[in-house]
Amino acid sequence: MTEAPLLEVSGLSKHFPIRGGIIQQRVGAVRAVNDVSFAIRKGEVFGLAGESGSGKSTIARMVVGLYRPTAGTVHFDGRDVSGLIGGRDYRKQVQMVFQNPGSSLNPRRTIAQSVAVPLIFHDYPKAKIADRVAELLEMVELPRSFAIRYPHELSGGQKQRVAIARALAVEPRLIVLDEPTSALDVSVQAKIIDLLAGLAGELGLTFLFISHDLSLMRNFCSRVGILYLGRLAETGPTVDVFGAPAHPYTQALIGAVPVVSAEEAALKPSIPALSGEIPSPSRIPKGCSFHTRCPFAFEPCRQTDPGFTVVGQGHEARCHLLEERTASAATVPVSPVERSAQL
Amino acid sequence: MTAPLLDVAGLSVDFATYGRQARVLDGVSLQVRAGQHAALVGETGCGKSVTLRAIMGILKSPPARIAAGAIGFDGADLLTMPARQRDALKGTAMSMVFQDPMTALNPVFTIGDQLATIIKYADRRMGVRRDKQGRKRRVIEVLEQVRMPDPERIFGAYPIMLSGGMRQRILIAMALLNEPRLLIADEPGTALDVTTQAEILALLNDLVAARSLALLMITHNLGVVREMADYVYVMYAGTIVEHGPTEALFERPSHPYTQALIECVPKLSGTSTFKGIDGTIPDYVDPPVGCRFRPRCPHRHDACFERPPNVTVGANHGAACWLRQPAGEVA
Repeated sequence: MTEAPLLEVSGLSKHFPIRGGIIQQRVGAVRAVNDVSFAIRKGEVFGLAGESGSGKSTIARMVVGLYRPTAGTVHFDGRDVSGLIGGRDYRKQVQMVFQNPGSSLNPRRTIAQSVAVPLIFHDYPKAKIADRVAELLEMVELPRSFAIRYPHELSGGQKQRVAIARALAVEPRLIVLDEPTSALDVSVQAKIIDLLAGLAGELGLTFLFISHDLSLMRNFCSRVGILYLGRLAETGPTVDVFGAPAHPYTQALIGAVPVVSAEEAALKPSIPALSGEIPSPSRIPKGCSFHTRCPFAFEPCRQTDPGFTVVGQGHEARCHLLEERTASAATVPVSPVERSAQL
Repeated sequence: MTAPLLDVAGLSVDFATYGRQARVLDGVSLQVRAGQHAALVGETGCGKSVTLRAIMGILKSPPARIAAGAIGFDGADLLTMPARQRDALKGTAMSMVFQDPMTALNPVFTIGDQLATIIKYADRRMGVRRDKQGRKRRVIEVLEQVRMPDPERIFGAYPIMLSGGMRQRILIAMALLNEPRLLIADEPGTALDVTTQAEILALLNDLVAARSLALLMITHNLGVVREMADYVYVMYAGTIVEHGPTEALFERPSHPYTQALIECVPKLSGTSTFKGIDGTIPDYVDPPVGCRFRPRCPHRHDACFERPPNVTVGANHGAACWLRQPAGEVA
């Protein structure tokens, strides 16, 4: 715990302007990410979960420096990198694996050419490139002969392995995985996750893992953050967030996961299914952004945005129901369900 | 027990590609009764969609050719009945909920236009007379049934104005317009977020149950199968490897492929092993002799070079595997 985090994101926000009218005035903003803070220690797998439009990918893009944050900072290994768009040095330390391996590989380049791109960019000795590519393919358990193939000759799982090899090429310390397996079948997904877990141990990698698949996150991440409309609703160690979800949204999200056994079904929190859909990030509801869908919403939720309440070791959630609980200093823990019954 | 509404028996489909013949479906049999929720589950490229297209009669031929088998619908064979008679069933007695709510709707026509057109052509095939107002009334009625808020406004809206979940409801409404008896759902809700997916699945379940429709859904998501279906067919490389009542199949999977597949699904309990399944799905032009899962099966042995028998492993529960053959009967 005393060790300084490898990646520290604090107060990160990203607002995309909406322009309209004849002179393209700014008429509003899509508030994709709002005041998000988290830290990832070396060797950790931190998961960011949320529905589409929750700001997961925007955060990933700010972390790797593809977007400049509207507010807030990204610190990598103690150094402020939030303004460093195109900073070569930082790019070498942080790499990204994208969601769709079909479109993240150039169809006109061979596998070797694609994997060599970051090497060439970072001035790797030309004579050694072929050997390095072969070595990388071996690391991701692909035959060397794949070097001269084109992406269309590979299956989805194989393409994703190539994308991982490409990300590993410059020996990064942090890899951002943006839904790396969502386009794959479960039997292939299992193989890829197994590979990533193995590489993490072998090379001492740190992962920021972005996904909407909560069951996968439960098994792969050491800590998770649950995003809703660009804000962290809850964050904490995976075991605690899944074992005792504090925020009604986390509860609903875990409750909605289709599972394959009765034992797992018994682990799901019982909470009424959410109605409606995630509101547009250009019109975020006032107060707690979740109040429009929350089954336990009461007056304060419509007025003020709740801050984080600590509910366990390193486990925090942003909900008025939890504030009430700590303020009244109740000796008996009250679940949100009971709490709302009292109100 | 009532006779099945849909009875696919020994269906084999060949595809001709570059002068080569690929047997993409190899003796697929499945039945769906009225009121039953059946699921056909399998991974990418296993032949789920081909099965569905063959049933709906929308398989493109050539390259596809139905090589053997029969598709019984309400006692009549769809493959031998006159084309006109079969066409009259499409979109009326049997209809389909398409997978992708983003691409299945035409962006330049209003929701009302698209739905009313379906009724118009169905009426024409069925020889029903209904005026424009009548068609609109029916569309609004069905939009209300799929719990669409403000159906009058939605009638005049374009697809782009609706969210993913709403578009998925439109697709369900579309399938229900002509009171089908068999509903085929292609990956229902998989393009949606979990909370929206849960809502859509609950809606689909209610609608199907209220009408006691026969539902055949096709999916790769085992979790969805367990929550939605009461009978499951597991497909691998164009063959049904196991079929059984949902509970029995998930509690006691009998085919090594089913076992491996369930094992691969990440568990909410955090106990996943991520072993995966070695190898890839075979080339259909030259599939493995005997059991098609043999090259990837951890339990393969000599008998597997023969086509496995369909062994009964429980009530209504069968697996096509030599391992399940009682001892003494092994050839």
